[in-house]
Amino acid sequence: MSIFEYNGSALIAMVGKNCFAIASDRRLGVQLQTIATDFQRIYKFHDRLFMGLSGLATDAQTLYQRLVFRHKLYQLREERDMKPETFASLVSALLYEKRFGPYFCQPVIAGLSDENKPFICTMDSIGAKELAKDFVVAGTASESLYGACEAVFKPDMEPEELFETVSQALLSSVDRDCLSGWGGHIYVVTPTEIKERILKGRMD
Amino acid sequence: MECVFGLVGDGFALVVADTSAVHSILVHKSNEDKIMVLDSHKLLGASGESGDRVQFTEYIQKNVALYQFRNGIPLTTAAAANFTRGELATALRKNPYFVNILMAGYDKETGPSLYYIDYIATLHKIDKGAFGYGSYFSLSMMDRHYHSGMTVEEAIDLVDKCIIEIRSRLVVAPPNFVIKIVDKDGAREYAWRESVKDTSGAPTA
Repeated sequence: MSIFEYNGSALIAMVGKNCFAIASDRRLGVQLQTIATDFQRIYKFHDRLFMGLSGLATDAQTLYQRLVFRHKLYQLREERDMKPETFASLVSALLYEKRFGPYFCQPVIAGLSDENKPFICTMDSIGAKELAKDFVVAGTASESLYGACEAVFKPDMEPEELFETVSQALLSSVDRDCLSGWGGHIYVVTPTEIKERILKGRMD
Repeated sequence: MECVFGLVGDGFALVVADTSAVHSILVHKSNEDKIMVLDSHKLLGASGESGDRVQFTEYIQKNVALYQFRNGIPLTTAAAANFTRGELATALRKNPYFVNILMAGYDKETGPSLYYIDYIATLHKIDKGAFGYGSYFSLSMMDRHYHSGMTVEEAIDLVDKCIIEIRSRLVVAPPNFVIKIVDKDGAREYAWRESVKDTSGAPTA
């Protein structure tokens, strides 16, 4: 079994009209055994920047701690929040530092850039950025997620419709993957508010 | 095979561990205490490679004590758990410790808590958890019978159910278990569940 499939994970980020949604599953497992059904994969760095980390949970936790440290220092020095594009470059650099002994994580970054334009990107475990205009996915269920998102995506969705779309794509994909699931955790972010919702899917 | 499991009840947390010290097919002793009392209100149940288990848990215990000496106040359970995870994570890519840990504690402000820390430094706060082959039985038992806010009697009853399952269904079942509890009055040993006592040698003529 691959080290990326040790804990199990599923992540989506999708762009809407002046908003974005980022969603994850909630399972923490150790190969075939489920340890917890309330594991947090998506982290908020500031009101307009979220990152989800799929892959090995220990590396996701370490990477999150290092990034929050760097971001807090940036906030102290620059007296402002980091732009999503800048943050993505920071994550990419941190991952490539460990090129020959990498963190076994795939991040999904979603944020609102300066003109309230949504920004999403993903990268592989050594920091190769993949910018997208519509959606990005990561995790053990990524193949299903690609198919589901491609099928239901429409450009310029309003927040409510975006929430429905991302929820359906996430839940149907994790149902085909034994290592991810046990519900969903979804953030829909607009320039004025952040809506956090827990989804109940097939609890297996 | 080593079994450690734990759960959180109403104002307390329990950690249960088997007490066999085994090397290959030989049982060295069956009253080895694998649940360390970290400080007045914390328990550290550990399972895994025996050398690493003793060395690493003692290292954590001494560092927790050092913090209290230096700063005059004890660490919270969450802080101790995060410190432990940090040590495991730093060692992971150099010289990993093969120790799985369940850390239980009681804090005045937040009440009882239980943390799952596996040997590759995955940290998660849980209500019930288990390690080892015994986890296949104890986790299922706890999934069926556990509810939040259990009393001590109900929790011990559930622990006994888990121990019975492990003894009857696990082929290399450890015979003896120790149960430790932590609540507002502190961390202490609650009971042993022994089915095999260490003999004191053959009687002389």
